[in-house]
Amino acid sequence: MNATSNRLFSPAEFVGLAVLAVIIFLILPTALDNFRLNLFGKYLTYAFVAIGLVLCWGAGGILSLGQGVFFGLGGYCMAMFLKLEASSPENTAIQSTPGIPDFMDWNQLTELPWWWEPFHSLTFTLIAVVAVPVAFAFVIGYAMFTRRVGGVYFAIITQSLAAILTILIIGQQGYTGGVNGITDLRTLNGWDIRTDSAKDTLYFVNGGLLFVCILLAQLIRKSKLGRILIAMRDQENRVRFSGYDVARFKMFVFCAGAGFAAVGGAMFTLQVGFMSPTLVGIVPSIEMVIFCAVGGRLSIMGAVYGALLVNLAKTTLSESFPELWLLGLGALFIGVVMAFPNGLAGLYAEQVQPRLASLWFRMRGTGKPEDAGRPAAPDLEVAE
Amino acid sequence: MSTASSSFVLEVERLTVSFDGFKAVDNLSFYIEPNECRVIIGPNGAGKTTVLDLICGRTKATSGSVTFKGRELLSMREDQIVHAGVGRKFQTPSVYEDLTVFENLELSYPKGHGVFGALTFRRDQAVRDRVSEIAETIFLADQLDEKGAFLSHGQKQWLEIGMLLIQDPELLMLDEPVAGMSVAEREKTADLLKRIIEDRSVIVIEHDMGFVENIASRVTVLHQGKMLSEGSMERVKNDPKVVEVYLGH
Repeated sequence: MNATSNRLFSPAEFVGLAVLAVIIFLILPTALDNFRLNLFGKYLTYAFVAIGLVLCWGAGGILSLGQGVFFGLGGYCMAMFLKLEASSPENTAIQSTPGIPDFMDWNQLTELPWWWEPFHSLTFTLIAVVAVPVAFAFVIGYAMFTRRVGGVYFAIITQSLAAILTILIIGQQGYTGGVNGITDLRTLNGWDIRTDSAKDTLYFVNGGLLFVCILLAQLIRKSKLGRILIAMRDQENRVRFSGYDVARFKMFVFCAGAGFAAVGGAMFTLQVGFMSPTLVGIVPSIEMVIFCAVGGRLSIMGAVYGALLVNLAKTTLSESFPELWLLGLGALFIGVVMAFPNGLAGLYAEQVQPRLASLWFRMRGTGKPEDAGRPAAPDLEVAE
Repeated sequence: MSTASSSFVLEVERLTVSFDGFKAVDNLSFYIEPNECRVIIGPNGAGKTTVLDLICGRTKATSGSVTFKGRELLSMREDQIVHAGVGRKFQTPSVYEDLTVFENLELSYPKGHGVFGALTFRRDQAVRDRVSEIAETIFLADQLDEKGAFLSHGQKQWLEIGMLLIQDPELLMLDEPVAGMSVAEREKTADLLKRIIEDRSVIVIEHDMGFVENIASRVTVLHQGKMLSEGSMERVKNDPKVVEVYLGH
């Protein structure tokens, strides 16, 4: 009794994890050329955000439409370090003030703003990549959750934060690179990140970090805290009267989601070579929710596949039908919400898995197919 | 007064709450003794549920004081009030439908209630034993792996009572615990309640007069947010004011 729920991964989940590892570390690198592999690396950075949303939204019922903020903050922290390294006095000798980023020079800044200084240090940057977005999420979470702002109000506030941050970045061009973002990034501690081999390495680092995040997310979900999140989603008051300070749990999961998104943002900067406000605003933030919803907001694996597939579709379709793509994305979102509220993962658990299981038992000719083939209930245990 | 105040578990004094000028509870005072089972009755809209909401922190009082074992509850958060030893059951059964009976009970087990406590919480033998013991008491020992959503209405009520029991509160507040139950379930519940109220103070809101007579040590009658009468069931029943507003029709 209850033995299975003590294990970190159920057998089915373990198989799912292994399949994902094979796809990311074997199939994609062998099947794709350098350019396409880098593209998939970019898609996978959104999977970090989607995993965070599975915790926040799927488990905790906190819908954030502002995850782009945390993705962007993580990405900007990384970009600031890379930009400073690319702006050595030798590289920028033609500027009127050599040694500062080019966009500052264009905006008549004559010295580096004080808050850029610490980003000369890689150690500081790596800490800041996670710490800055998490601290920001903590402040927002504290302000919102202790006042019991929730549901659609929380969604709207996070969305406006995404808008505010975009406007701020664009407006403060001399400090942030404005609408162009921070571009022309070259080296990480002397290692040229623009070469094909560097991009390959970064793809694998990205994949490795993604698995670390999957593991952390699963640890959270399988702990009692994970069950408290589900309880909170269904009966917030009962949780309160069982002696839990609901606001703290919401803050924790919101910060965790922000931390995951930030790692994705930093990996985006490294792999794509720039960071700009177009990745922070309302539209990308909503797209991130769509990745999660399409994949299945209750399933960590589902979210990863959702991020991959929607982005693949976006690249393919927006190349051929640029005007139709956004409409298609909207239709996809509505379709998923109306017809498959548990996304691809739910579809898999209800349709594919029972058939696979009965096929398996028929081939073996033993066992009880009705046991394994039982359709999974639409909840967090949805197999991935 | 100091000797009097120490002998009560709960002291409600001049408690008032006003919603946009409407006083749902108006200058109400009552006192609960250790191991007392107090039943609050009154017509619809008398403020019965609001009184429980005020004690457990769900609604903020306009004025007055609620002291539990010498501690003022009105300035505390809901979860702090729970940890002080006050448990509350709601009128509509509120259990976690997506969790199993075991997990429902486990969440109410008084350990690991902070964020990091919850992250590192281990389901050890003590937890399993306690959950099994409570499940036995609330007739759900065979449903431990059942999702809350699949329980009957009566079973959900029992489960919520079990979730309170596992907290082991000193003061238990039950809002219509037998409402909506079948006759058989009602009898079983009355039995269950009689067993669990033995070593703690209890406040019950109930309409079923047979049930009230069965369990109450004392009865408080509320009418329009004010105390109408208080005393034994016998006394209250024969109070002409009570007969007029409540029992008479």
